[in-house]
Amino acid sequence: MKALHVTAAALALGAGLAACGSSPSPQAPTQERGPITFLGGKFEAESVQKIVDAWNAAHPQEKASVVLLPESADEQRRKLIQNAQTKSDAGDVMLIDAVWTSEFAANRWVEELKLDTTGFLPTTIETAKYRDKLYAMPVFTGTGLLYYRTDLVKQPPKTWAEMKKICDEVLPKQKGMSCYGGQFDKYEGLTVNFSEAVASAGGELLDASGQPQLTSEAAKQAARFLADAFKSGMIPKEAITYKEEEGRVAFQEGKLLFYRNWAYGYEAAQKTDGSSKVAGKFDVAPIPGLNGPGAGTLGGNNLAVSAFSKHKQTARDFVAFMTSAEQIKAFARTSSMPVPRAAIYDDPEMIKKYPYLPALKEGILAAKPRPKAVRYGDVTAAIQESAYAIITGAKPVDQGLSELQTALGPLLK
Amino acid sequence: MHVWRRAGTIGIALYCLVPFYWMVVSSFRRTADIHDTTPLPSPWSLESYEAVFAADMGFGRSLLNSLVVAGVTTAVTLLVGTLAAYALARLSFRGKNVVLALVIAVSMFPGALLIVPLLKLFTAIGWINTYQAMIVPSMSFALPLTIWNLTTFFRQLPYELEQAAMIDGCTPFAAFRRVMLPLAAPGVFTTAILAFIATWNEFIIAVTMVNDQERQTATVRIAQFTGAAKFDTPFGTQMAAGVLVTLPLVLLVLFFQRRIVAGLTAGALK
Amino acid sequence: MLSPTLLVLALVVFYPLVAAMRESFYESGQRLDADGFVVEGEWFAGLANYAGVAQQRFINAALNTTLFTVVTVSLEVVLGMAMALVMRRAFRGRAFLRASILVPWAVPTAVAGLMWKWIFQADGVANALLGTQILWTADGPWAKLAVIVADTWKTAPFVGLLVLAGLQIIPAEVYEAARVDGATPWQTFRRVTLPLVKPALLVAVLFRLMDALRIFDLPYVLVGPRKQSVETLSGLIWDEATRVHYGPASAYGTALFVYIAVIAFVFVKLLGADLLSDVRERRLSGRREGNARVA
Repeated sequence: MKALHVTAAALALGAGLAACGSSPSPQAPTQERGPITFLGGKFEAESVQKIVDAWNAAHPQEKASVVLLPESADEQRRKLIQNAQTKSDAGDVMLIDAVWTSEFAANRWVEELKLDTTGFLPTTIETAKYRDKLYAMPVFTGTGLLYYRTDLVKQPPKTWAEMKKICDEVLPKQKGMSCYGGQFDKYEGLTVNFSEAVASAGGELLDASGQPQLTSEAAKQAARFLADAFKSGMIPKEAITYKEEEGRVAFQEGKLLFYRNWAYGYEAAQKTDGSSKVAGKFDVAPIPGLNGPGAGTLGGNNLAVSAFSKHKQTARDFVAFMTSAEQIKAFARTSSMPVPRAAIYDDPEMIKKYPYLPALKEGILAAKPRPKAVRYGDVTAAIQESAYAIITGAKPVDQGLSELQTALGPLLK
Repeated sequence: MHVWRRAGTIGIALYCLVPFYWMVVSSFRRTADIHDTTPLPSPWSLESYEAVFAADMGFGRSLLNSLVVAGVTTAVTLLVGTLAAYALARLSFRGKNVVLALVIAVSMFPGALLIVPLLKLFTAIGWINTYQAMIVPSMSFALPLTIWNLTTFFRQLPYELEQAAMIDGCTPFAAFRRVMLPLAAPGVFTTAILAFIATWNEFIIAVTMVNDQERQTATVRIAQFTGAAKFDTPFGTQMAAGVLVTLPLVLLVLFFQRRIVAGLTAGALK
Repeated sequence: MLSPTLLVLALVVFYPLVAAMRESFYESGQRLDADGFVVEGEWFAGLANYAGVAQQRFINAALNTTLFTVVTVSLEVVLGMAMALVMRRAFRGRAFLRASILVPWAVPTAVAGLMWKWIFQADGVANALLGTQILWTADGPWAKLAVIVADTWKTAPFVGLLVLAGLQIIPAEVYEAARVDGATPWQTFRRVTLPLVKPALLVAVLFRLMDALRIFDLPYVLVGPRKQSVETLSGLIWDEATRVHYGPASAYGTALFVYIAVIAFVFVKLLGADLLSDVRERRLSGRREGNARVA
């Protein structure tokens, strides 16, 4: 094996030398310009199209066309990785989940960017960096909010204990209502909810040097809170099957007093066509924590430039254009998807349109990113495995956490 | 006995149709009441169908693409497969069983692993975004089924018929075409329908080999339907699209069902 | 006559198959250099990728796969047989029945998965009808049942249609003879229908077996990935491949391939003399058998 490595290294070195010898001609900027393709998601497509139209009007020689990726995150990821493996230039600019940034950067599937990041919420920029270098630009963001019933709760709880106390007072008079729900099915949402609980207890999944901290007191408190809540029925049993939508429906049906969800649920729950029984009877607040307000997990999407693009300069300009203050504002006018620029959250016009913005800003600034890891797919799978076992009571808290601590070690190297 | 048979018939029909009924009912609900469990939608709504046929979805176009891909795959598979099956059933040559074993072996490998090497190959030969990039791989599951099914079918047909035909002066190929093929019609039609449906519903190859919306098949388009919000699975729209994708196949069967059951009883032996 | 078949299969199956098998002995994309970049290239890994085959997750997936296969294929054979017998009779509404039996097979699998997920979710119609509070889509034994119900619904028509095609080839005279001899319907079924439809049935079962052993989308959509109670081998392979562990994914794929090949081989050896034997020999013995039975 070792000999093989040495040979491989020698070969690689040789190849490098040969490349140097043949004096590569520096690519003229004009060669990096031309029409580009933007791989985007379907949901925000309409609002994105307006930005693309504006770009195309201003850049007739470098028009962008939009190609939609499949709707599910897994399918999107598969498609993007396949493009990278075939070194395909099918997408010059791509919309990626913020947590994929490290993996895509480490594999050199995306280009490093040198763009101005002032005016963005700092936590969102962090998700676009890998080893302190910028590889993407945030375009959508978001964090968990606590949806609560204003007709039953006067003041939203700041701590888990307060939440439990309110439930003990309110629930006996409400038939078929449970206290609290989140996303606890075994998928990415569980990682989000679990890391949110740990952060809200004052801990973190990884410390500043990237070492797992699952055996800390805070992690234990958080895991115990979730496990006990399931056991006592504070979180209803069926919440183990909840993704965002199942829980949103339960909240709208009046089956939950408190529900943790992203900002998107606001509009749906406010509908007065009979689909929501809680329209006008709920509000949102930052999520509660162990000893005070909690810290949410940061979600969102970034824009990245493909390493296999033939028109990288155009692609970089397009990313800058799409994330410019002007275009972000135009986007926010037509879409309720939260954006990463700070100014939007203080804009009276926007607050009037989306009343949850102040709560959301507070949440995003306090929010923690999910672990940054090249092998994020493995990291999140390990977290889900242990968290699921803990909350279903299949494993005791201490055992589940120490197993997770051991499992994460080699994945974060 | 008749009561039993009747009960069995109704039971089977219900078993097959009730879940589908739920799909149809769901497709006529408003997105807002998609979670209802009432037996009929209230109020009825065409919201989901409107969403399916919204201009930018290109669903009509994708149905056409599905038709091209499934139709061509079925036709080519039948052509190639019938000949191969006839050879395997009637001719004796060395290594026949090896061929049969090989044909079936290809149905054994997990599809997920075939995709990446195929993608690399098709990228290299410039097949990405073409119909043949979907048609040729689809034959990998349609062909084995066709060959095995028809081989058993041909084997069961009486040998004497061909011999008689050949004595009458037919060439072996004419004997095959004039005598065997009509007899095998129910088997061929059944196989064709199974192959057509399997290809029509194929997803993973189609989503991998094609980026261009103009060439995407219906199953791929369905996966791109979206709800009102990011995490919203557009259940109603997908159910409506599912109904629309299923209907042509049901019509196809209604249309061809006489052919599926013709054969010996009504055929040459009478 | 065979060469077009072999050409197609060589292009779309043998080539990727060999590529995937080769991959199972290599490691790639798992090493980082000092700057945090993934080192390109691949290294021969020997049997390292196969280590997981002996681990709990793989064994659990293999057991689930086997359980699903045995249960669903058995149910499908019984149901499919019943469907074929019903479809074959002449009565009013037969066309409608034939079309309705085909409906489950015609619904795209992904859509069928969603539909069943809808039916089985916590406040779904299954619980409403049964008056239960079962969490069908959470990890656990009920999830297994949900997958079995959904898969049987989806694929029994396939068996039904293939058997129906086989039934068509039985000459009416044989039934006539049985009737004249005063055979009861059950006797006719056991002694005439079953032996004569056996070749078609065996092909249907063989294909269902190989398909069921690769079952993936239904548990994936209905219950979700990495759920212990319903994770199948193909699900495991898919999960590894999506996390770009191509080495282990290919190794598991190869192991699954071997498993299916062994099952298919045993099946053909035990039951499938009919499938591979020479035409004349089989016909002669078949006739003797048929005569003896009808007589």
